[in-house]
Amino acid sequence: MSLYATANQTVGPYLHIGLTWLNRSQIAGKGVPGERVAIQGRLLDGDGEPVNDGLIEIWQANAAGRYAHPEDTQKKALDKGFRGFGRIPTDSRGAFRFSTVKPGRVPGPGGKVQAPHLVVAVFMRGLLKHLATRIYFPDDPANREDALLKLVPPERRGTLIARRRSRGTLEWNVVLQGKNETVFFDF
Amino acid sequence: MTKLAGYRRPHPGTQPDNDYPPYRSTAKRHPTQPLVIAPQTLSELTGPLFGWDDLKPGDNDLTIQHKGEPIGERIIVSGRVLDENGKAVPNTLVEIWQANAAGRYPHKTDRHNAPIDPNFSGAGRTLTDSEGRYRFISIRPGEYPWRNHYNAWRPAHIHFSLFGQAFLTRMITQMYFPGDPLLAYDPMYTSVADDNARKRLISTFDWETTVPEQALGYRFDIVLRGRDATPMERS
Repeated sequence: MSLYATANQTVGPYLHIGLTWLNRSQIAGKGVPGERVAIQGRLLDGDGEPVNDGLIEIWQANAAGRYAHPEDTQKKALDKGFRGFGRIPTDSRGAFRFSTVKPGRVPGPGGKVQAPHLVVAVFMRGLLKHLATRIYFPDDPANREDALLKLVPPERRGTLIARRRSRGTLEWNVVLQGKNETVFFDF
Repeated sequence: MTKLAGYRRPHPGTQPDNDYPPYRSTAKRHPTQPLVIAPQTLSELTGPLFGWDDLKPGDNDLTIQHKGEPIGERIIVSGRVLDENGKAVPNTLVEIWQANAAGRYPHKTDRHNAPIDPNFSGAGRTLTDSEGRYRFISIRPGEYPWRNHYNAWRPAHIHFSLFGQAFLTRMITQMYFPGDPLLAYDPMYTSVADDNARKRLISTFDWETTVPEQALGYRFDIVLRGRDATPMERS
């Protein structure tokens, strides 16, 4: 038996009604080991206007580089209470902010490990199918060898790498169109 | 790591294109640069999993969330979540939201001049069972106007959000009702080019799940991306 996947449709403007109950902006609770980091940014449309009815979801490994998922069979410890999932709506300024721990490195293509990264899904009215992107960490030497970053034209790689704002706080924006258009992936 | 099977790419025409001018809001909200085609890694082949601990009893019944009963025609929406190989997707989170019977959402940005129902919030969630089945009790949502084009009305619909077992199976869609004359005018519905894929967004009336003197049954099966038969060089 072979079927085709159901078509995606936009979340529309009233997404909050169904999705807010699972909002998680603190991905790692107290006691979860790892380097603490807050990531903030804005979601901007093709006119540079804030998208105030958007939502991002985060998926990440723990600080040791292990996903809380049965298909990750690496011999690394899981952390109690850490699922690695975030759901953060944008506010009236198109801004979002969440806190977590920096993930460890996970296996990648060709038997090489990937640079630390968060996986991101972007949802909003006006988007018929959600977009997939990634957040990498600034000044991480592993970025140079990351298989996915290397697929991105060098002049656009910066859109995937957060910038340091202050101690423990990074900035990363989602720009839908224009000069600094964020890189989105097709997996 | 043992090699994991990847997920198949969408069949042409079965998924909407984010650049779809008839739906006007897409104009400034779709990427203009080509997406970067990337290998599926452990990061995408895994994803958040949820359980009954995340839910409360009654979360799948939208008619009992307030003191009184909501106004409208009671419906039971049920179906199965399968993957493209026809295999059930068990224990996966299904979230829904919808307008009330008058076509109004209790949301600060909904200014449609139709009554809010104090007994209806319009949100529900559940997990599929071991055979991929889910079931919601609700009321039939109303159609409502929007400003996309002259005399634009959204067909009656229920939003569905699903996770599946991986980041790559995450999916948000809308379920429509059979025989709705507004479908032909709706750019969200028509954004799906393939005829069959589009029609699969329409639920079917289901006599078997209809409860006598209580509620009409509608069936809506959902298919998530399926895996390749053999593991590929991915992780």
